[in-house]
Order: sequence, then structure tokens, then C-alpha cells
Amino acid sequence: MHPFAYVAPSTVAEAVAVLNEHGDRARPLAGGTDLLVKARANVWELDAVVDIKNIPELMTLSVNGGGLSIGAGVPCYQVYDNSDVAAQYPGIVDGASIIGGIQIQSRAGLGGNLCNAAPSGDGIPSLIAYSAVAHITNASGTREVAVEDFCTGPSRTVLEAGDLLVSIEVPKPAANTGAAYTRFIPRNEMDIAVAGVAVFVQLDSSGKNFESARIALASVGPTPILASAAGDSLAGKPVNDETIAAAAALAKDAATPITDMRGTIDQRKHLVEVLTGRMINQAVERARG
Amino acid sequence: MTTNSPSKVHVTTTINGQQHELLVPPYMSLLDTLRELIGLTGTKEGCLDGNCGACTVNVDGRIVDSCLVLGAEVNGKEVNTIEGMATPEGLHPLQQAFLEEAALQCGICTPGFLVAAKGLLDNEPSPTEGRIRHWLAGNLCRCTGYDKIVRAVQKVSG
Repeated sequence: MHPFAYVAPSTVAEAVAVLNEHGDRARPLAGGTDLLVKARANVWELDAVVDIKNIPELMTLSVNGGGLSIGAGVPCYQVYDNSDVAAQYPGIVDGASIIGGIQIQSRAGLGGNLCNAAPSGDGIPSLIAYSAVAHITNASGTREVAVEDFCTGPSRTVLEAGDLLVSIEVPKPAANTGAAYTRFIPRNEMDIAVAGVAVFVQLDSSGKNFESARIALASVGPTPILASAAGDSLAGKPVNDETIAAAAALAKDAATPITDMRGTIDQRKHLVEVLTGRMINQAVERARG
Repeated sequence: MTTNSPSKVHVTTTINGQQHELLVPPYMSLLDTLRELIGLTGTKEGCLDGNCGACTVNVDGRIVDSCLVLGAEVNGKEVNTIEGMATPEGLHPLQQAFLEEAALQCGICTPGFLVAAKGLLDNEPSPTEGRIRHWLAGNLCRCTGYDKIVRAVQKVSG
């Protein structure tokens, strides 16, 4: 491992200054469960790591009238242990609960999962389905990027040298909404998704018709995918097997997987169709309370 | 800060109840800090990438893979390792149960399993079998298999 310096600033400004000084030879350190693996494997050669865990706003998880704010360094267990998050954002809890095992969840968070930009990141599809927005800062200012636009390729994001993810902001879901995420893995735990699907639905007040839906896919393309056509197909339609099957078929069309050691193209596309149907049904069930 | 020879980090930490002041190379893992700087070699190195849990220790009440934590990060924190489990009076009940249930063969995974299981029982004294298996999913054993380990943890569960 290339020897790097360790800096643990207590403000965003100090963190950004160090990141700016080192450019792409510095990285923010949150849980370290990807960073230290990549540094050790010399995927990244770093001169400095900037531990963000002493910066209060990056470690804050809050649920309020405006929505859910997830500081970039908040570990997964704090997300799923929070009863307000569990009650109001079950789809996000579905993802946060299955990233690694308990040891990993003590450290790894949704911010790091997003910045790591693995196509298989289990935390990302639900953030997309909930229309979450990443708040980024750097030496010249701040900007907001929709999570579906954040990842640009495997391990690639919109972040440039000197950028720091501060938080992920999730809008408060309206009444009659529900969401869910699941993945297929050949084991029960501790594995990387062969395919994953998140669904967010908004029903009308009768609970019998879709008003809108957002469907996002993991592990079936170079980035997490927002399957817009699949979600849009449900708008204004009744909740029934036919509309759900049609949306699942469109989600399958949106998947652009590769064949690798975890699965084949055909298997992954099939999984997307099956999991999309299941997750629409589960999201509907949650929306109906 | 010079990029070629990053300076060591001054760390004050409590390990198994005892305060330590250390100068830690900034890129040194907590695992190596424990083993190489302090001489606590009970924590084992397995995969070095967060899959096997052999290096599990407890930091501020949460179990972590110490290969994926920097020594520099535990400044001001409380670390508990396998060396802190037994007391002069005897083995921790989990250690005793692992012996009685033959929940180990080669033993490399055992410190990680024990620290992880303690982390569960400290907060949830009566977990279900499913909860135990879920909690220990981040610990791999390549010789005993998991049934004996789960039985040992169940034996200590209320």
C-alpha cells in the first residue's frame, strides 16, 4: 500500500482544502470498507486520506418534515436502526441492511456506497427510486446531482478532484406511497447482487390505482439504472397482475447486463423481470399500509 | 505534510480497558496496530478485505473488521479485542461454550467469532437461531462448519 497521510478535519472547509491540495491523490475516508481495500490492492495510489467522521454535518442522519437527510459518512446500521427511517423509508432500509455483514455495516454507509459506484451497490437503487439528490461541495461552491445521474460508469461518478459528497437528501414520500428493494444472490448473506431491483410507487387514495412509480436496477449495467419507461408505464393504471407484468417486462428491456462469474445476460434479464414484479407488489403492500 | 513520508499520527486509545498512547503510521490498519505495535496477536489476519471477519474487534460498542479500520481512526475510542474477554477468574462464558461444544478446529477464525458473538449478546441476550446466523454471516469458518458455533452461542443465550 502506498504510504498516505491521514487527516481528520472537523469542518467541511478544511476537508475540501486538503482534497483540493492533493487532487485525485486524496480521497475522503468514511467507512473505509472500499477505500482501504482499493488502496491495499493499489487500485488507488493515494497521498492522503481525509477522514470525514469528525465533521458533524457529514455524520448527521435526520428525518423531518422536508424529508430524510443522510450525511455522507453515516454508517448503514444507523440508517436501519432508526425507527423513523424504518417507518418512512423502508426501501432505503432494505438496501442498507444487506450491504456486507454486521462488521461492514458498522462502518460502511450509503454515501460511500454511492461514491464507490459499483453497479451492484445495494444502497443506490432505492435512493434513485425515492428521487434522492446528492449534495456536493468543493472549493468553489456547492451543487446538487440527482442520484440517478451520479454514477457514470463502474467506479466512476460525477465527482471531480476536490469534490466532497456532503449528504444525500431524500424527499419526504407523499401519502399512499411505498417502496422496496431486493437482490438475487446465491447465498443468504454477504454476497454481491446478481441483479437487484428497487421500486417506489404512489397509489391514489383508493389504493387501487398507480399514480406514479420509479423503478431502479442494480448489477445489470455499467451503472445503477433508472428504468423510466417501466415506472412510467404504471402511471394512471390499475394495480393488477397485467399492469405489473407489463412494467416488469419493460424493466427487463432496460437491463443491459454482461455475462460474468455471477450470472449470464439471460439469467440477469430474467431476474430483473421477476424481481420487478415482486418489488412492485411489495411496494404496493407497503403503500396500502 | 510531505507526500513521501507522511508523519505518524498520535493516537490515545483505550484497549481492553487500558489506555495506550501510540504513534501510528497513518496507513497502518487497526489490525496491524494491535498486532505489530501493541503485541496483541489474538486478533487474526484472514482475507484483508472484509469478507472473513477473522480480524473482528469491537470499537465503541460496534463490531468491525480491524483490517478495514486505520489505527489512526481509533483515537479517543474504546477498543475491545479477544484478549479482553477472559478474566483472571476464568474464561468468558462464550469461550467456555466454544470449548464444550467443540466449536473450533484450527482456531484462526475463533477470536473473530467470539468477539462478534459477544457483540451480539451484549445487546441482545436472547437472540433466535436465525438472528445468530445472520449476525455471524460476516465471519467465515473453513473447518468446523457453523452448526457447532451457533450451538455454542445458543448455549450462552438466555
